[in-house]
Amino acid sequence: MGIRRFFLRRREDAELARELEAHIAHEVDENVSSGMSEDEARRRAYLKLGSPSRVREDVWHWSTLGFVDSVLRDLRYAVRALWRNPGFSIVALLCLTLGIGANASVFSWIEGVLLRPFPLVAHQERMVAIAGTRYAKGTTGLERTNVSWPDFQDFQKSCTRMDWFIVDRLTRTTLSIDARAQRVAASVVSSNYFDALGLHPMLGRGFEPAEDSGRNAHPVTVISYWLWKEYYHGDPAIIGKTQVLNGIPHTIVGVAPEGFYGTFVGYPIQFWVPVSMQEVFDPGGYKLEDRGETWIEGFARLKPGVTIEQAQAEISGVAKRLEVDYLSTNRGRGVKLFPLWQTPFNGASRLGPTLTVALAVVFLVLIIACANVSGLLLVRSLARRHEIAIRLAIGSRRGRLLRQLLTEGFVLSALAAAGGLAIAYLCRNLMAVFFPLSKVIATNLTGTMDWRVFVFSLGVCLISTLMFALVPALQTSKVDLAGSLKSDSRTSFGSRGRARLRSALVLLQVSLSFILLAGSVLLIQSMRRIQTADPGFSADKIVVTSFDLAAAGYDGPRARAFQDALVDRVQALPGVESEALVRIPPFSFASYFSAPIAVDGYVPAPNERPTEEYNQVSSGYFATMGIPIVSGREFTPADNDTTFPAVVVNEQMVAKYWHGRDPVGKRIQVRDKWMQVVGIVRNSKYGAFVEETKPFFYVCWRQLGQKSPLGATLTIRTAQAPGTMATLLAHEVHLLDAGLGMSEVITMREYMNRSALASQQVAVGLLTIFGGIALLLAVIGLYGVMAYAVSQSTHEFGLRMALGASPSDLLRLVMSHGLALTIGGVALGAAATLILTRWIAGTFLYNVSPRDPLAFGLAFVMMMVTSLAACFVPAWRAARIDPVRALRN
Amino acid sequence: MGKNKPPASQEMLQGTLDMLILQTLVVGPAHGHTIAHVIEHASEDVLQVEQGSLYPALHRLADRGWVSSYWGTSENNRKARYYKLTAKGRKRLLTETGRWQQLVEAIGRVLARATE
Repeated sequence: MGIRRFFLRRREDAELARELEAHIAHEVDENVSSGMSEDEARRRAYLKLGSPSRVREDVWHWSTLGFVDSVLRDLRYAVRALWRNPGFSIVALLCLTLGIGANASVFSWIEGVLLRPFPLVAHQERMVAIAGTRYAKGTTGLERTNVSWPDFQDFQKSCTRMDWFIVDRLTRTTLSIDARAQRVAASVVSSNYFDALGLHPMLGRGFEPAEDSGRNAHPVTVISYWLWKEYYHGDPAIIGKTQVLNGIPHTIVGVAPEGFYGTFVGYPIQFWVPVSMQEVFDPGGYKLEDRGETWIEGFARLKPGVTIEQAQAEISGVAKRLEVDYLSTNRGRGVKLFPLWQTPFNGASRLGPTLTVALAVVFLVLIIACANVSGLLLVRSLARRHEIAIRLAIGSRRGRLLRQLLTEGFVLSALAAAGGLAIAYLCRNLMAVFFPLSKVIATNLTGTMDWRVFVFSLGVCLISTLMFALVPALQTSKVDLAGSLKSDSRTSFGSRGRARLRSALVLLQVSLSFILLAGSVLLIQSMRRIQTADPGFSADKIVVTSFDLAAAGYDGPRARAFQDALVDRVQALPGVESEALVRIPPFSFASYFSAPIAVDGYVPAPNERPTEEYNQVSSGYFATMGIPIVSGREFTPADNDTTFPAVVVNEQMVAKYWHGRDPVGKRIQVRDKWMQVVGIVRNSKYGAFVEETKPFFYVCWRQLGQKSPLGATLTIRTAQAPGTMATLLAHEVHLLDAGLGMSEVITMREYMNRSALASQQVAVGLLTIFGGIALLLAVIGLYGVMAYAVSQSTHEFGLRMALGASPSDLLRLVMSHGLALTIGGVALGAAATLILTRWIAGTFLYNVSPRDPLAFGLAFVMMMVTSLAACFVPAWRAARIDPVRALRN
Repeated sequence: MGKNKPPASQEMLQGTLDMLILQTLVVGPAHGHTIAHVIEHASEDVLQVEQGSLYPALHRLADRGWVSSYWGTSENNRKARYYKLTAKGRKRLLTETGRWQQLVEAIGRVLARATE
């Protein structure tokens, strides 16, 4: 009641005033009717009631909350004080808005991409990602794999600490509807998917339990809202219609709710199919009944109150039991749970480290901004010394004064936080800018503005208030009464205590900006290195394009005929040196095939089940890609279904399984098929530049049986430009099949950059932007300190000139003071950078030392140039002081 | 927060004025001037309502939800703020009256023994 009363007291008071008037009027009426004169009646009435204002005051006081009242008074005073100094307020607000806005933006991205990435899904804080692990000899111990369907079902049955488990396996396909073809991402999911996530399809239904089993038995699909709107024009009678997906007609049974993009960070999912359709969407055959086939990625939700460690202990126990029961397939295999933001199999794992670095960076920017405002406040507190001293002299307590000054700071940062949230809102799609090539990707990478972002911003706002306002406030409330009431005594240039404090702030700013500058130069260098890096094949003279024959309704034999014909035609094109087909091009997002292998003479460790990754390539692949053959030969057209299966291995594989001895002519068993090693190729990069060299082998396209793979990427070695090649290719493809589309023709380098550089680009982009902001803020700070110091020392400079100092002496004096500050800051910053950059070395720096002298040198030069510029104006002003006027003032 | 205590009546026991106001309103809504008069008349001018404490008391009662108020026109054709007893206030009046009776009886017993 008290609070309500407090805020309504103004209205209540007005009512009371009217009420008392009415009372007097009634009393007067009564007195008059008993025969008094009008004046006498009024006098008596007032006498009886007493003072109306006294009554009003009583009620007013009763309704007042003392603390709230004084806070409100402080706030009002603070707003007025800021209003009176618009220059100061605007600069301080700009600095703080930049600082808080940067923090709020980055946090909203973290919220939207890492912590709560899936719109509409409830209780994401309890969701965990499930990945398989595999013992691998020679490496650090455990490697990440996936989970097999039988294992997954056993986890589901045996684990009591989870609400549910869901399968969510990403797949990509070309969708052709009404002559529109587009690559889309889709998911193979367990039938409980929509129910578990708490989602009800807006039309139709989700999946039913029976749809989890039976080989290809349930060609049904739930499509996304976007797909329904864009491709089916929001057809209300869509349920029950069929759509060909990967060559198989599927019945559309549901439409997902609007705003749900699936559960994959990075791609919006356009349709979902049940686990029983695995063979159609996941390469490598039917896997539902094979415990050895690990293909499942998925999530689980912990029961309330269960920690991830407890859940891990339970599921690891189940995995142990499975290992004992099914030794031949499960030897050395385990399972690991990850919090959502560390999900290893989607964009979270790439963006996580980037956003963490970004958060650290924006915090530095915030500190710089606060240092700036702190400096401004110190200057202003000098100007307010008289006011403060008078308030102290007439009895204001220091604690009360401190609160008043902190309230002013809080008003500033609260205004800035409001601006900052607006900035964060405007920047919520900024992440997408770094992925300019795919428009659809952006929908799943937006920042989220929820209450957590608001709470976070409020926290940042409070912290920054303390950071920038506490020191000046303490300084100010310590004012020496007697000293400040006397007139301002002048001291010599740059030696006052407060000036020293401001110099320390500038030192802090310069050193922090140096860290950011050096960091961004390191990242830019790293990105340049990546763009020109050697992946182990020559990426520059190769163009790639792909066809999705499955989507066009081809079967195996027809695909084979088409691929043979296309290769022949491409061979005949002008300018083509060589060409080949590859199932999974390097640096694509898709994962490679993997298979258990056995090698004559290699004895696995007791809990090791040797498994390696491989790819399917056609003859001429190594020549086309420029991967050198170390020994033996590569695949030729002579390797076909009638000859003994051939395999090409890389050097790392030779080192691991044959101890470096040349294995050409030896046999290895891949799954249950024996093959002969025909060649060794140089190691290359397969998925990313920063990956470690791994064993890898290739099997021959022509020996995959009559069922030629339907999805293939064509690689062509040519000196022609991609554009020219595209026209030629399109013509040839059109002659073979007029209805078949092909993807964009680009160089291999471009193809790699699109996938490999994305997270680098985000990091570089963010660090460069924030580094720039930091530099700007630091320069403003330095300029402010120097300009103020000069303006305070006009008298002293005049005196020096009168005593014979030349203008250039004064110029030198001011400049050297500013430069000393800069050099000190740079030295501090360099030391801090040496420590800090080690953290980003592993994840972000490719072939760049974290102590790279060029980066440090460049950052130093930038810092010096800008601070020289910042000092020059004040120095110039000092040199042009007119001694006569300066001394007279 | 130390100012929440209502201005107390000098003449009457704490809480008594509240009770009297509530009792006055049992017969129907009334404005401040009438309330003061009714109390004075009913007590045959023994109880003088200090008008300065009447209005704070009315505010306090309204704040606690024992009375509600509205603006109306008085018998003299003037605007006046009327107070009306709420259900909560009626219940309160009963407990207050009960407690008062107890108090009076208790005091009476003490005095009776003193006169023996």
